[in-house]
Amino acid sequence: MAKRIQSTIIIITVLLCAFVFALEAQNPKGKYGTFVLKNGTVQTVTRGVIQNGSVVIVNGKITAVGTNLSIPAEAEEIDCTGQWIFPGMIDSGTRLGLTEVRSDSRTTDFNEIGDIIPQMKALTAINPNSVLIPVTRINGVTTVLAAPEGDLIPGTAALINLYGYTPDQMFGGFEGLVLNFPKAGREGLADRRSEEDVKKAYDKAIARLNEVWDMAVQYHLLDSATKSKGVKYYPEMQAMMAVLRGERSVMVEANAAKDIQAALQWISARKVKKVILTGVSEGWRVAAEIKKAGIPVIVGPVLSLPDREYDRYDRAYSNPGLLKKAGVKVALRTKHAENVRNLPYHAAFAAAYGLGKEEALRSVTIVPAEIFGVADRLGSIEVGKNATLFVCDGDPFETRTAINLVFIDGWNVPMVSRQTQLYEEFLNREPGLSKK
Amino acid sequence: MKRIIGGLLLLLLSHLALGQVERGNILIRGGTVLTVTNGTLEGTDILVKDGKITQIGKNLTIQAGIKVIEADGMYVMPGIIDAHSHIGIDALNEATNPVTAEVFTGDALNPFQIGLYRALGGGVTTIHAMHGSANAIGGQCETIKLRYGVKDPEALRMAGAPRTIKFALGENPTRIHGSWNSIVPRTRMGVEFVIREALSKGKEYNEEWGVYNKLKNQKGFRGKAPEYSARLETLGDILNGNIIIHCHSYRADEIYMLLKVCQDFGIKKLVFQHVNEGFKVAPELANFGAMASVFADRWAYKFEVYYSTAYNAAILTKNGVTTSINSDDPELMRHLYHEAAKAEKYGALSDDEALALITLNPAKQLGIESRVGSIEVGKEADIAIFNGHPLSSYAIPMITIVDGIIRFDRDKDPDDVRIYVDPNQELDVSFKESGYDNVDNCMKDALQSFADFFETN
Repeated sequence: MAKRIQSTIIIITVLLCAFVFALEAQNPKGKYGTFVLKNGTVQTVTRGVIQNGSVVIVNGKITAVGTNLSIPAEAEEIDCTGQWIFPGMIDSGTRLGLTEVRSDSRTTDFNEIGDIIPQMKALTAINPNSVLIPVTRINGVTTVLAAPEGDLIPGTAALINLYGYTPDQMFGGFEGLVLNFPKAGREGLADRRSEEDVKKAYDKAIARLNEVWDMAVQYHLLDSATKSKGVKYYPEMQAMMAVLRGERSVMVEANAAKDIQAALQWISARKVKKVILTGVSEGWRVAAEIKKAGIPVIVGPVLSLPDREYDRYDRAYSNPGLLKKAGVKVALRTKHAENVRNLPYHAAFAAAYGLGKEEALRSVTIVPAEIFGVADRLGSIEVGKNATLFVCDGDPFETRTAINLVFIDGWNVPMVSRQTQLYEEFLNREPGLSKK
Repeated sequence: MKRIIGGLLLLLLSHLALGQVERGNILIRGGTVLTVTNGTLEGTDILVKDGKITQIGKNLTIQAGIKVIEADGMYVMPGIIDAHSHIGIDALNEATNPVTAEVFTGDALNPFQIGLYRALGGGVTTIHAMHGSANAIGGQCETIKLRYGVKDPEALRMAGAPRTIKFALGENPTRIHGSWNSIVPRTRMGVEFVIREALSKGKEYNEEWGVYNKLKNQKGFRGKAPEYSARLETLGDILNGNIIIHCHSYRADEIYMLLKVCQDFGIKKLVFQHVNEGFKVAPELANFGAMASVFADRWAYKFEVYYSTAYNAAILTKNGVTTSINSDDPELMRHLYHEAAKAEKYGALSDDEALALITLNPAKQLGIESRVGSIEVGKEADIAIFNGHPLSSYAIPMITIVDGIIRFDRDKDPDDVRIYVDPNQELDVSFKESGYDNVDNCMKDALQSFADFFETN
């Protein structure tokens, strides 16, 4: 009898263990603590490459980088022999977290109603549990700018790190006002407005932008003079104040050469303090002017067609390199959601078509960190920065390279997404052809 | 009278000349040749005569009058084949009926499209210019070669390529016809019914003509021929095995449905397009002998592709399904070599398996594998030359050859390659195509006409 009970207990224990193990394999959790990544090739980005180097991670931060380090006794050692260690890649313009299934408006939150709505905050609508997020981060893209889209000022974008269960846990320390500079031209083949209508719409948009900007200036002056006591609730104006005071960047989207030039003039005339140009697909046409204005750019998607039929076939690929050559500070974006994971390949194409590997790497790490003002936390592997990095078996811009480990804010992230789970389930499906 | 005959003859001759395909002679020297069917050959020459590969080997003799391409340090692969594309045609969705088997994209060829040149810039040489996916049974499609530079639409055709037809399951036909026009199909049940009904009518049509053709030469036969229908004739040709079905599909259930329908009608030539959930019914696809043409990693742009995985191509391949990677997009089309490389990342396919996804396998799906899809003696000289291994994301296509003619040369790429410039085009207007959102390229004409109608977007 006792023996039977004993064996039953053993069986139950084994089953329970198997069950727990299976659960864990299905839904593994992130791990936080003290880690040492040992004997890897460390691509610091800012301080060269360290052969046989190690990186120590304590409480979310990088506490040591180099060779012959003293390792905390409690550290979990991870052997990185034959592996590379890179800082997490940053995508400087996406819809990630703001949309799940693109064609379904019920799952899409990047486009609120209103032509000037700076008070709409992307960070609010980030869905930390989006299925798209694990798909992205296990490819080494750890940080993205989630940006609203729409009319003239569709809202405020937010930098997020791709691990956490609330927007605040994910917040990456930067918010920027999005300004879609009015377009003087047509918008694609489907745009069948007359030339006159196009011009009318453009003039109207510029007038509207100027009107709101003027109001914001007045509001800011009134607010400053009365120490906020002389103004009423006015969410649009309150959201604009940080920009007028130089506390927040404006991200000015302009793509056609003419629109970029007009935007540069407007920025200069309005004495806008902190500006980033985004899109800039024809930046190569006016690169010298952008350089002269001293404004950094976020370019992309790199994998796209030229804007005009008569442009060279590879203009979208060569644009980042041509801008860099002119002396402009360049970061890259995919402007995607479900395939932000392809950021390294946008970088690879930019590299091959003129940007070069080194600059391409910078354009998805330290450069965006600098542009967003978070270079003290992100963008390179340096002591004191957030432990947001990944371990891979080769050049991360090469398609076949496997990303083996990802850390975000010191969390060792599970290397699982729904796409890998489907692979596990269906590679050798059970039952197969016959149910037996 | 003589003048009229002479004129007619001249017209006929000029017509023949227009339709004629230009073929070239070339020697490609010393490249690393990725044959796809016979492994990798280092430092190997390829001799092309009259548009065909006539010799592959080391140190072939240079012959007078043959153009030489020095490919030392370069990678030479078969021209890339895109089994799903919509360029080179001016219309793609006859979205007026759930069954439009009678229409043909080959009637809408446009050799002036700049997209043809841009695709050459990505090493692509042959494409399947498909009808869209608005209808359960859409139109017939044309297989074309990217002979950019020709002005005659006829010269784009890959003469002799098998006939193909577009089918479509799921959200697109049910949305266009059921949800918007309130006619069957509104559901996946309706899609099955529409296809079974159409094929049944095609079968009857075949039988009626069969009876008539048998009797018509008999003495004393007084009967009349059945009424001609281009639609039913096409459906009948599918049943006769003369047309390959290329079916737009996403979900496992609808893929399985069409397998059963085709089985019931004795249809064997079946290729699924997109087929994002093909991995879920890979054993069934393999068992049927159906093929799959997939995206490397596109997903989540609509609900029926939410449960996708980038491992699809690898799972299908490892289950024995002949699989290709397609573009369905004028941009993606330019880096299919890079898309193929993703099957190495997602599922660890070998180099040869990955390259076959964009060469030999799509050739099989279009029924042209005896002519293109690998570098072999006797095959047509459709060749792409890269400055690095094409499965590297840094590789740049340098020269693209179709029928032995150089159609793209990066070193000689002019600033403006348009053949035809619209005199009314306003050059000064900036023109940013919002192509990024048009993932559902299959729906182009259908959505546009619908948008026009309701003035929505």
